Amino acid sequence: MYGRKVKLRFLFVVLVLITLILTAFLVLKSLEENVVYFQSPSEIKVLPELDKKKIRVGGMVKKNSILVKASEVKFVITDFKNEINVTYTGAIPNLFEEGKGVVAEGFLKDRNFFSATKILAKHDENYMPPEVKQALGEK
Amino acid sequence: MFKLFHPNRIFQITSKAPKYILFLFVIVLSVGLTEALILSPEDYKQSDAVRIMYVHVPAAWISLGIFSSITFLSISGFIFKNKNFFLISKSLAPSGFVFNIIALVTGAIWGKPTWGTWWAWDARITSMLILALFYAMYLISWRIYESEEKVFKITTFITILGIINVPIIKYSVDWWNTLHQPASINILSKSSIHSSMLFPLMIMTAAFALFSLLIFLMKYNTELIKIKNKGLDRL
Repeated sequence: MYGRKVKLRFLFVVLVLITLILTAFLVLKSLEENVVYFQSPSEIKVLPELDKKKIRVGGMVKKNSILVKASEVKFVITDFKNEINVTYTGAIPNLFEEGKGVVAEGFLKDRNFFSATKILAKHDENYMPPEVKQALGEK
Repeated sequence: MFKLFHPNRIFQITSKAPKYILFLFVIVLSVGLTEALILSPEDYKQSDAVRIMYVHVPAAWISLGIFSSITFLSISGFIFKNKNFFLISKSLAPSGFVFNIIALVTGAIWGKPTWGTWWAWDARITSMLILALFYAMYLISWRIYESEEKVFKITTFITILGIINVPIIKYSVDWWNTLHQPASINILSKSSIHSSMLFPLMIMTAAFALFSLLIFLMKYNTELIKIKNKGLDRL
């Protein structure tokens, strides 16, 4: 139905696509450590060695863990398996709350203590009006 | 089989369409903005900042949709040697690029009050920036190369390179830990966005799609006029 050239051009495009997909896959796989924006407390626990580089830890702010003393904030990041204690001095984003997502940027003191230089609130994918949230809470 | 393409006949339709599309766009946009800015409720967590989403999400969708269309058309044009497909791609690209930039800018404006930062080098945001770079490369190469043979090949290659990035954008939030939240709207499972917020989002998407169509028709007409002026009635 189609000419030989058309078939060859089709084959060419398919080959280019397969090559590119494989390349992209391999590159992303080997760079996985750098592609992730933050690590979970569980991943911190099993780190082979603690380096002095700046890293990010993310998870939920543990319920009833926020302690504010003067300008210093202490809280616990949890992924419901492991936890890490965070200390931070500075401005806190509005959406920083107990039981909500957070990403802390800073340095590990050891596997259990993290000194943050920046706090980012992570928003989840739930969007609803306050009345609906209230109704859900009452259930 | 694709050789029978009459610019004159197509032009008869595409030259009249813009005014109707413009009319429809203005109506849909006014409904969408009223819904998004006034009638829709505020979010329980982000309060009024949620309204940025009604521009951000449709813009991101449209820019991804247009890039996918451009890729499909360019590849088809390359395989079947169809010039018209390339002209459609060329006319689609500018609005896709603009919506890509809008998505990045509104994302930054939303990120500052909610996350606490304008920019984060997380997978979703970075891959969206890469898409903008591919759009820029695509648009620039149309201006650089004079010979049609050359520009068709190069733009096709750019779209093939860029399309690899599209599924990465879509699934970045599921594959890796990102600051960006995962998708709220799922076709197969229940969406995690309340219907009172989903409605304005859909209207705004329709408005942006109409706007893209309008810009596309205007660009496409220009291309057709260029062909007519060269005295060719078919491609």
